[in-house]
Amino acid sequence: MNNLSWISHLFFLLASGGFVLCLKLLSSPKTARKGNVLGALAMLLAVGAALLQSPPAQEIIKGLAITIVAGCLVGIVAGRKIHMTAMPQLVAIFNGLGGAASVLVSASEMTRWATLDSWQASPALALSCWASAWIGSITFSGSFVAFGKLQGLLSSRPVLIPKGRLATLLLTALLLLTGVVSMKTPESLALLALTVLAAEILGVLLTLPIGGADMPVVISLLNSYSGLAALTCGFVINSPILILAGSLVGASGVILTRLMCQAMNRSLFNVVFGAFGAKTAQSTAVSHKTMKPFSPQDVAMLLHNSQRVMVVPGYGLAVSQGQRALRELADLLKKHNIQVQYAIHPVAGRMPGHMNVLLAEVDVPYEDLCDLETSNPQFLNTDTTLIVGANDVVNPSARDTPSSPLHGMPILHADKSSNVIVFKRGEGLGFAGVDNPLFVADNTHVVFGDAKASLTAVTTQLKELV
Amino acid sequence: MEPASIPHLIMQLYVLVLSAFIGLEVIAKVPVLLHTPLMSGSNALSGIVLVGALTLTCSAASKLGYLLALAGVFLATVNVVGGFVVTDRMLGMFRSKTPQKAQRDQHAQVRSNQNAEEKQA
Repeated sequence: MNNLSWISHLFFLLASGGFVLCLKLLSSPKTARKGNVLGALAMLLAVGAALLQSPPAQEIIKGLAITIVAGCLVGIVAGRKIHMTAMPQLVAIFNGLGGAASVLVSASEMTRWATLDSWQASPALALSCWASAWIGSITFSGSFVAFGKLQGLLSSRPVLIPKGRLATLLLTALLLLTGVVSMKTPESLALLALTVLAAEILGVLLTLPIGGADMPVVISLLNSYSGLAALTCGFVINSPILILAGSLVGASGVILTRLMCQAMNRSLFNVVFGAFGAKTAQSTAVSHKTMKPFSPQDVAMLLHNSQRVMVVPGYGLAVSQGQRALRELADLLKKHNIQVQYAIHPVAGRMPGHMNVLLAEVDVPYEDLCDLETSNPQFLNTDTTLIVGANDVVNPSARDTPSSPLHGMPILHADKSSNVIVFKRGEGLGFAGVDNPLFVADNTHVVFGDAKASLTAVTTQLKELV
Repeated sequence: MEPASIPHLIMQLYVLVLSAFIGLEVIAKVPVLLHTPLMSGSNALSGIVLVGALTLTCSAASKLGYLLALAGVFLATVNVVGGFVVTDRMLGMFRSKTPQKAQRDQHAQVRSNQNAEEKQA
């Protein structure tokens, strides 16, 4: 190893430390921003080290520079312009790009092997290349299907493909076969193309049947895959930093996937293969109670007489873009010494932690955002709970009725508070298609209509009262 | 006698196992509040393939290899830059109760109210 090579390896080592520290700092809201900047600097260092290790030849500098600048521009514009409600879509696309990049890198490395004389890739190397190709391809096509569903281009209902499972099995068998053959003919680009093609189709088949409410799991899973793709790519080109960063991303994806599955009380297998919500809902016990409607004025009166208010936001809030109206109502309440806090279920929104970001965007201080564990004991001494566009996450049958499809799912115990107000579009069911006894409970009243409009109306009424 | 060298593959597996444990330890402590930034931040990190793509672009032996790697450079750059930019934007939104901005807003409002009153008078 010459000096230059030593220096670049040291840079890679430094950058690796930076990545770990970046994730560590990301675990506290006070240091998170610094952590992100540190991660970006470490990435810059790694890129510098890569260029130092193998400097670009004169004739490719121009093409390389143009490509990098173009990539930066696209990235900056996408990152700055995206609406926070569309964050899951953006993350899905970025996951897909990362996966595709890994495939391209492995393919490029493979073309290099063919030019080397009297050298053959070891079976382990060939397998790494094969793994990177199919993981990256599944990530790519799966991410774009997820994007389509989140963006509303594809139906967010689970799509059942006829003979889908058979096709999945066949494609998996085909992939295993290409893996075995690749060890014999490691330099065959045609085989790589076949692997990529099969994995692309498999990615589509695996993602299409997953319903819109399970998107937090899918996004986490694809995040994990994009890490695995980078990791296997690190094996292909023998780069420890790729292996390290890939493992970190893979780990974060695994943790988030597990948390999301726990929050829905479902196994990963059930999410991926269960096609939850595909069957039309059969309401088991037909309840004879009806929902009791409330006018914005009634709500204002009730809030005026409350001391502690809890808000349970759901995706319905984001759909109606009512976050700002909600914050204005909360500000007004706080001005009159009424305590307001937000109880946020882990799967509120469409990716892990999405609701926190949506509320942070409208300047809700993060101290007011409570997670499942901290908010549940507080419902007992809450005067009024406002449920805005949430349904399944406050369904008490998940706790009380063993026969309910939701049974076992951790919920927010909104029903324990003295009064419950539900902001709801219509009398429809939640995503799981299960009756919610909370909505017809004695202490519950329902405000029908668009969440944003209703919230604004309540604020107006409350201003007249105080 | 030469010391026995450890094969590449074993070293790679060491890195894999150890960094997976580090990742699980560090990330398990991230609060729910920061899950979305964690995801988009780690998403940017998965753009580390950019390093591999750059190396291969610079050392490609054929036109095809060069083009494949160059396409990889483009996609990975978008992933890395976009990921860090959007994470920074998001984290900038997380505000504590520190009332600096609120105070400024209030002052501004008081002033505009005074102006309005003066005008009325």
